[in-house]
Amino acid sequence: MLLHDTALIYGRYLRQSLRSRFALLFGVLMPLLYLVFFGPLLTDLPLGGQGSSWQLLVPGLLLQLGLFGASFAGFSIIIEKGQGVVERMRVTPVSRLALLLGRVLRDATVFVFQAVLLVLAAVVMGLRAPLPGVLIGFAFVALLTVSLGSLSYALAMKVSTPTEFGPTINAVSMPSMLLSGLMLPMTLAPAWLDALSHFMPFRYLVDAMRDAYVGSYATTTMLYGVLVAVGLAALSVTVGTRVFRTTGA
Amino acid sequence: MAIISTAGLAHTFRTKNGPVDAVRGLDLTVREGEILGFLGPNGAGKTTTLRMLTTLLAPTGGAATVAGRDLVSDPAGVRRACGYVAQSGGVDPQITVREELVTQGRLYRLTKTQATQRAEELAHDLDLTELLDRKAGALSGGQRRRLDIAMALTHRPALLFLDEPTTGLDPGSRADLWDLVRRLRDEHGTTVFLTTHYLDEADALADRLVIVDRGTVVAEGTPSALKLRHGGSIDASLQDTFLAITGRSAAPADATPVAV
Repeated sequence: MLLHDTALIYGRYLRQSLRSRFALLFGVLMPLLYLVFFGPLLTDLPLGGQGSSWQLLVPGLLLQLGLFGASFAGFSIIIEKGQGVVERMRVTPVSRLALLLGRVLRDATVFVFQAVLLVLAAVVMGLRAPLPGVLIGFAFVALLTVSLGSLSYALAMKVSTPTEFGPTINAVSMPSMLLSGLMLPMTLAPAWLDALSHFMPFRYLVDAMRDAYVGSYATTTMLYGVLVAVGLAALSVTVGTRVFRTTGA
Repeated sequence: MAIISTAGLAHTFRTKNGPVDAVRGLDLTVREGEILGFLGPNGAGKTTTLRMLTTLLAPTGGAATVAGRDLVSDPAGVRRACGYVAQSGGVDPQITVREELVTQGRLYRLTKTQATQRAEELAHDLDLTELLDRKAGALSGGQRRRLDIAMALTHRPALLFLDEPTTGLDPGSRADLWDLVRRLRDEHGTTVFLTTHYLDEADALADRLVIVDRGTVVAEGTPSALKLRHGGSIDASLQDTFLAITGRSAAPADATPVAV
């Protein structure tokens, strides 16, 4: 039943995404601007690490895409609460977990699709990276969007207005981006900043993705990245499920 | 036979300004096949009660049996037996009537074929057939309400909850909706539990009224019994009866108009 219900909810929201093709492409715009207008600044800088500056920047931009996109996913549920759609579904026997999973899997699909577009643009700009590494990168994007999407929907179920929701998300996502070294690797940072960034889970994801993009798959960085990404997803889905089970929204 | 019975049903909201007792110790019996009008001033706890009885909100006290299922221990059983139309309805304006009806069928675990067939049936019964391929957002108020009700009837529930179903409808659509509610009860034996602020609606439609104020039942009975007991005469208006029960003073009939 969970599978049936998840597929049903997934289909409903995927069709919703496909109806607004503009929004589907618009999500790529911000990271694309970074890619085109910021990426070229890095090509001749000594950034440490292996590979070209594109192999450093693109993993960061992909996670940025997931970070900003998925953390705002909850907005849609605030709208649906107003329309009564959430309550209408909650009085049916549909699995509560499916109401969450169907939505976050849709989000993962949309963001991986956008990530593919962004990687294609990056190849045009000069990115060269091994295919398995790029695919591993998409898996990280999917795990990140599942995690952040779950937390975002959980928060959106709890708050009653978009004006509470937006600023909260902004207050969390901006420092998360800066402190995880998405734009430039934290190895360039002074010791205190580098140390601080280790408390930010996304740092482990971006470091692992950068390893994948230069073809180093069996590293401790990769191990930590996978553990943190999977652990974060498990924790977030648990929190999300708890909220979806109990909240009378 | 009682289809709903509650004992001491309560819900206390925890807010920043301290606890708010929205519903405090509600004792209620609804008989199978009746149309029950659930009345009360704004903030009396009507919607909170409805949300508890439909499993959307867990009670913080008391017990209830809905359609033979225990509300707290078997919410899934309650969901299978009840339909609910919220004040706001519950359809996405961007989605077509057909897609919403089919999805609703699938949410009630019908197969694709069954859900498509049920959508056609419901559209036929509620006069939506012509509108099946229109987006829900393009429907008129009355059509939207019929769609909301069709959604709630997908699984042929024995018990239908309607929260202020005619608010915002024109007189013609209201009359149609009253006919629909009566037809549901007469043809399918559906028990209808509805809240309303329109006393003429309660008078015309409900077999029995339950009046709540400040989270508890303050009066119940047939409209005429309540008029006789609280309004002073069987010919009293339900308006006066309602005001007498809830203690909200009505403006005296001969009061001087404010404007000169």
